[in-house]
Amino acid sequence: MNLLDVENLWVRFPSRTGVFDAVRGVSFSLGKERLGIVGESGSGKSMTGRAILRLIRKPGIVTADRIAIDGQDIMAMSERQMRTVRGQRISMVMQDPKFSLNPVMTVGEQIMESYALHANATKAETRRKALEMLEAVSIRDPERVFRAYPHEMSGGMGQRIMIAMMLIPDPEILIADEPTSALDVSVQTQVLSILDRLVEARGMGLIFISHDLNLVSSFCDRVLIMYAGRIVEVCRADRLSEAQHPYTRGLLNSLPRLDQPDRRLEVLKRDPVWRNADSVSGML
Amino acid sequence: MTAQSDIDKGRQPSALVESLVRAAKILGSIAVTMLGLLFVTFVIGRVMPIDPVISVLGERASREAYEATRIAMGLDKPLIVQFFVYIGDVIQGDFGQSRLTARPVADDIARVFPATLELATLGTLLGVVVGVPLGVLAAVKRGTWIDQVARVVALIGYSMPIFWLGLVGLLVFYGILGWVGGPGRVGIFYVDLVPSVTGMILVDSALDGQWDVFWNAVSHIILPASLLGYYSLAYISRMTRSFMLEQLSAEYITTARVKGMSEWTVVWRHAFGNIKVPLITVIALSYAGLLEGSVLTEIIFAWPGIGSYITTALLSADMNAVLGGTVVVGLVFVCLNIFSDLLYKFFDPRAR
Repeated sequence: MNLLDVENLWVRFPSRTGVFDAVRGVSFSLGKERLGIVGESGSGKSMTGRAILRLIRKPGIVTADRIAIDGQDIMAMSERQMRTVRGQRISMVMQDPKFSLNPVMTVGEQIMESYALHANATKAETRRKALEMLEAVSIRDPERVFRAYPHEMSGGMGQRIMIAMMLIPDPEILIADEPTSALDVSVQTQVLSILDRLVEARGMGLIFISHDLNLVSSFCDRVLIMYAGRIVEVCRADRLSEAQHPYTRGLLNSLPRLDQPDRRLEVLKRDPVWRNADSVSGML
Repeated sequence: MTAQSDIDKGRQPSALVESLVRAAKILGSIAVTMLGLLFVTFVIGRVMPIDPVISVLGERASREAYEATRIAMGLDKPLIVQFFVYIGDVIQGDFGQSRLTARPVADDIARVFPATLELATLGTLLGVVVGVPLGVLAAVKRGTWIDQVARVVALIGYSMPIFWLGLVGLLVFYGILGWVGGPGRVGIFYVDLVPSVTGMILVDSALDGQWDVFWNAVSHIILPASLLGYYSLAYISRMTRSFMLEQLSAEYITTARVKGMSEWTVVWRHAFGNIKVPLITVIALSYAGLLEGSVLTEIIFAWPGIGSYITTALLSADMNAVLGGTVVVGLVFVCLNIFSDLLYKFFDPRAR
């Protein structure tokens, strides 16, 4: 059985000028794999991730035929039930640790809180677990980091802390929403390899949201390419270079390549037809 | 390990020095601010077209008596010397004699300030206890009828003249319903029953165990304190709402929700934890504003506080009393500011 099935997901935002559709009828499923979602800004990839956790706040409206985790429909759950899904079964790492960590709580408090919410453990046990988790994300001096505040951490450290915090309740699915975009290139690979190692070891499903085609093709198993709130193409990550859709081709061609140096890079030309073409299914 | 403990040992004395330096800096800034305030009040006092000698002796004093008094008051010396004499006196707590009450200004202030302190503290307490939750609620329920009700409540608090609300309050709750005591700090039969220790009747009567006096004082203070509380509630709740809205849209709030927390914990532990610092400033300023004495409220409720004291002194050109009162109010402001600065460091690790 798939870890997650999403069928006909819509995310809408009513505004003064009419309803804006951020996500328009997207369907896909997630197995024990690394699923990449790629698209430009405003293509609806982040909104898809947040809708799965039911984090879209009013006035945003989320509708779907079904969002099922292990066959249980998330859309039919009460808010109380939803709280046992968040963190414990589906978790999310966000873009910039500068903003996604609470500035007035210590790193330790924040990680312990994440564990204590779902586990019935003593304080000492929780603390030990948190320190273990910090070690698992390759933090050299966990005791010191445990007592530190987020502003005392570098970006790479912050993101590793974030990963530790989100993986400590042992979720089945992790949504990583541009987890390396705010980091220096030099620490990007480091954070990715930690993420990869942990996801692999725990047999989790990973939804990796990014705008970086190269990164996704090397890191993921399968890729959904989103455009204007729809999936325009689904392909295996190692066959991304064989992608058919003109949008994907355009994106690929607009990247400089070392092996085929070019004097001029192609500019992406958008075809209005793409916007209204049916969404491709990403179901397994 | 040994290297680590060596480092820790090396740090301790410097930490002590550091905190001493910090304390010295704080005291220095108080001193400089107060010196500036004293200078300004002194100049204003001398620039005023009021002859202090005549105000002491009366208009029909003889020339000899006038000269003698002038020399006795030190008014023949250069202005700068007079200023230093003034500072010296103030440091010793001597603000001179009040012309109106014929007593030392310091004694007068020691009598009126506790009355204001009592009223302002209770008012601020009410404003915080009701205003902060109201503001948080309005932010969480943004755009709903709860938000609208909170808005209207605050708007009325802002825009209704306080003397009008005071008079109507007296009419309704004292005159018609008889639920509260009338003007004054206690009823006529309870005056001077408890020894004055702090000058605050609520505290003094509780210390003395005279609970009938205590409850009588409560019935008298409750209406003016509620009025002042309502006034500061309006301000505090609006500020709380806007601070909360800013934090609730922050990314770490999403993180907290992703963890699976209840909305209550998200709001109170995460978002509220981050607005404490600006909120302290708002509360401290509002408290300081009330400590200045709210003249209208004090007059309507016959409350012998510092606001009506300074105003009466001003209207009868009693400059010593005015200057003394101003310095005390200034000192309160400076101290509250420093206190809120210290609280910042406690609540925000980034400010340490």
